[in-house]
Amino acid sequence: MNQSQQAAQQKKVSLFTIFLVFLKVGAFTFGGGYAMLPIIQREIVTRRKWIEENLFFDMLIVAQSLPGAVALNSAIQVGLRLRGFAGGSLAALGVIIPSFCIIYAIAAFFLPHFQDNAYIKALFYGLRPAVVALIAAAVINLGRSILDHRRSIALAAVLLAAALLLKIHPVFVLIAGGLAGLILFQEKAD
Amino acid sequence: MLTYFLSIYGTFLKIGMFTIGGGYAMIPLMEREIILRHGWLTAMEFLDIVAIAEATPGPLAINAATFIGYRLGGLGGSLLATFGVVTPSLVTLLLFGSLLIRLILDPRAERFLKGLRPALIALISVAVITLGQAALVDLPTILIAAGIFAASMIFPRLSPLYLIGAGALLGLLLYPY
Repeated sequence: MNQSQQAAQQKKVSLFTIFLVFLKVGAFTFGGGYAMLPIIQREIVTRRKWIEENLFFDMLIVAQSLPGAVALNSAIQVGLRLRGFAGGSLAALGVIIPSFCIIYAIAAFFLPHFQDNAYIKALFYGLRPAVVALIAAAVINLGRSILDHRRSIALAAVLLAAALLLKIHPVFVLIAGGLAGLILFQEKAD
Repeated sequence: MLTYFLSIYGTFLKIGMFTIGGGYAMIPLMEREIILRHGWLTAMEFLDIVAIAEATPGPLAINAATFIGYRLGGLGGSLLATFGVVTPSLVTLLLFGSLLIRLILDPRAERFLKGLRPALIALISVAVITLGQAALVDLPTILIAAGIFAASMIFPRLSPLYLIGAGALLGLLLYPY
């Protein structure tokens, strides 16, 4: 245990501070959950020294392996570690509240007044292909890191064909992939 | 009325349960459940919402859930959808945190996830194809998509916010008014 962690444990972090830190991260981090992770890391590990870096990286692995938004899963783990159930709950609220309020304001108060405006239509005309391009780029980037093995490439190809041609529900495609993983990656696959 | 609101919560609960590994993992599920199964939104409306969710702070899954929930049922709908999509995180981590963290580090869980990730790539690829059909409707939109895709390949560390901004700007310039 290093000094910073000892210090953190000697002086309990207040629940309100946990809430505020995640509220700030939630309100000011653009670009989705993955963009939030380095900001959370800077705030929690580097600046406030609440958690050691190695432990934080373990938390990220768990966050990406469990259901739900990655940033939310990371925040809950940090809160849990610092102040148990209450800390985890407040960290979650901190991440969720800014998202909810900003989107609610746009959906309820802003868009209804402007959705028939020609400029807003033009904006979305350009935003739609941009979003498709970003999702396509995510496929390529994920593919580079995940499809590192002949078996995972074959699995992706078979499931792609199944999803495309047989229109199998995404949930079953995911479960089929997981079960295939249990069988395919049994021996030490690198 | 009650069953409608329950189905909003249930649908987003299902989406949250199977969104493993970040926001884009949610897109194929949302497309299937919200566009195809319930017909709650068109593919174009869905893309508009994803664009707004990308351009605003916070996790994509939560932003999209709040927005779609509002479209479906006002304040109640947005609260239920948001609560639905975060329920799995709250339940797994807050209630069973230490147990699940141990389970995740089990080699079998690791192998399951190793198979789940190629499945995710397959699913997001399918979503690109179907959503692409809704977004790439003429030459300008095809050029916007190609340009932004190329930019994100060439500058992989560029924040998606700038690319979204570029799309908006190009839309304003190229829209057939």
